Amino acid sequence: MNGEHVDGETREQAGVAGLAVGRSLLQALLAQVANLPLAILLLVSLALVPLGVGLALLPPVLVAVRGLANQQRRWARDWSGVEIPVPYRPRPAEVTGGGRVWWLLRDPASWRDMLWTAVNSVTGLLLAGLPAALVVYGLEGVLVMPWMPDLRTFGWGPFWPLGDYGLLGSFGCALLGSTLVLVGWLAGPSIMRAYALVNRSMLGPTRGRLEERVRELTETRSETVDTSAAELRRIERDLHDGPQARLVALAMHIGLAEQMVKDDPDTAVRLLVEAREASGTALTELRDLVRGIHPPVLAERGLDGGVRALTLSLPMPVEVAVDVPGRAAPPVESAAYFAVAEMLANVVKHADAERAWVDIRHNGTALVMIVGDDGRGGADPGRGTGMRGITRRLAAFDGTMAVASPEGGPTVVTMELPCALSSPKT
Amino acid sequence: MRVVIAEDLALLRDGLIRLLSAYGFEVVEAVDNGPSLKRALVEHRPDVAVVDVRLPPTFTDEGLRAALDARREIPGLPVLVLSQHVEQLYSRELLSDSSGGIGYLLKDRVSDVKQFVEAVRRVADGGTALDPDVVSQLLTRRSREEPLKALTPREREVLELMAEGRSNAAIAGKMFVTEKAVTKHTANIFAKLGLPVSEDDNRRVLAVLAYLHA
Repeated sequence: MNGEHVDGETREQAGVAGLAVGRSLLQALLAQVANLPLAILLLVSLALVPLGVGLALLPPVLVAVRGLANQQRRWARDWSGVEIPVPYRPRPAEVTGGGRVWWLLRDPASWRDMLWTAVNSVTGLLLAGLPAALVVYGLEGVLVMPWMPDLRTFGWGPFWPLGDYGLLGSFGCALLGSTLVLVGWLAGPSIMRAYALVNRSMLGPTRGRLEERVRELTETRSETVDTSAAELRRIERDLHDGPQARLVALAMHIGLAEQMVKDDPDTAVRLLVEAREASGTALTELRDLVRGIHPPVLAERGLDGGVRALTLSLPMPVEVAVDVPGRAAPPVESAAYFAVAEMLANVVKHADAERAWVDIRHNGTALVMIVGDDGRGGADPGRGTGMRGITRRLAAFDGTMAVASPEGGPTVVTMELPCALSSPKT
Repeated sequence: MRVVIAEDLALLRDGLIRLLSAYGFEVVEAVDNGPSLKRALVEHRPDVAVVDVRLPPTFTDEGLRAALDARREIPGLPVLVLSQHVEQLYSRELLSDSSGGIGYLLKDRVSDVKQFVEAVRRVADGGTALDPDVVSQLLTRRSREEPLKALTPREREVLELMAEGRSNAAIAGKMFVTEKAVTKHTANIFAKLGLPVSEDDNRRVLAVLAYLHA
């Protein structure tokens, strides 16, 4: 039984080694057919930037470079277990032509990608291709030379030309060749891992980027903690001054009515009516409070129903389009809902708009929410506390907000919340 | 009158059973989750069902969905939906088949026992009982629009009470005016909103609600 186990393991290891040789070949080829042309294209487009042509050429090349780099990151993880975190800055909400180029160029990771593209056409060939080269060259020594003693003017390895070494040459070729095959085969996984580590040094986030990220996270975390603490404090106060106080009064009224029901039934009835009214007010207060914490219809119907119900309560027609196949995690859903709600509240309060529209969709990596109106424009995300609150709320999820609101309108607010979706309920 | 109750909180369920029994209703079954509600409605075909929106197993809008489901199978099955919060979204769905026999009230309204029982009876008779909160939401949303702006305050009041599902006689009683005066207001409202006039109370209410939900 034990033997079988060991047997299986050995076979598995051999399989991994075999795979590594194949991968090594693929990487060496890719470095020549993808990295090398891309590096040349990059140089050409950068050189042509002053002429303007480069500006048009650069974005597709940069996107291709990013695609290639991301493929290497995946392979490093899947093949060698080397995690290379994606170092790019989050994509801003607006992704128009010029903004896109600027976003790509401003990111230091883009420049490191470019450097990698050039370097990898060499490292891909020499380092990643090493296992394949060892195996292929070794095989040549093992197979070709011993069986072809006629090729005396040719040679292999140190035996050159073969004719001068005789039988020793043939044996030498076979021995050395098989050694090389074995080395290439066995060292394949380690060499590929070394290659992945080299790639990580160029494709991973730099220390500076990591530090920046840590700063970002610390900032948003403390903001989130502050906001939720303030929120809890507000809820506590609202409960204390509202429903709690009403329930005390209610209990008092009922207690009094209980005392009086025999001697003074009229007063008892009046007290009971007052008690009922107090209970109604307490319930209304609780309902408003609950709506502010987590709207029930959001819990019941998700983002789609929540936003639709919200727009129905507004004093203007709002077109709603939602295309989200599945549900986001509850905290994300809640942040998205409140972001849209705050924007719509702004439209009602400030925009002086005839109509508004909401478009929510998932682009594969993020929830994209667009709120627009035909009002007078001039919205400034830096000024309103509501908008700042939403920016903070979104930032807790690495979300972003972009406001386009020229004087005279229209206003379009685009918000993005990176998130995955769970499969839709059947 | 035979009634089915769906409410997952035992305290409230018992309260409803006691309350409705005291007013001569026969509670044929009281359930506490969505699937049993659907079964009970189809099996008993009650004269009216009193249903909580949020029920197990999902604790979302299970009760509402079961009620709408059952109404697709038994058209016009009278259902009074109760909830801790009211939404135009739901009232629209409930009234979408425009066949009447629909109630949608805040749970708080149970505390006014007489009015609540009256609402249950109205729904059982094929009428409508819409919560004042929903009605005021509907009116707020449309208040900027022309035909509604043209209403006098008195007409608006009548429209509100009508949208809650009340008959002309009931509105007259509530506003301390004669039924004839209410009929006159109603005619004015229908003319201003461009709705076809109807003698039948229920049909009149449904026309108003369809207009407000549009």
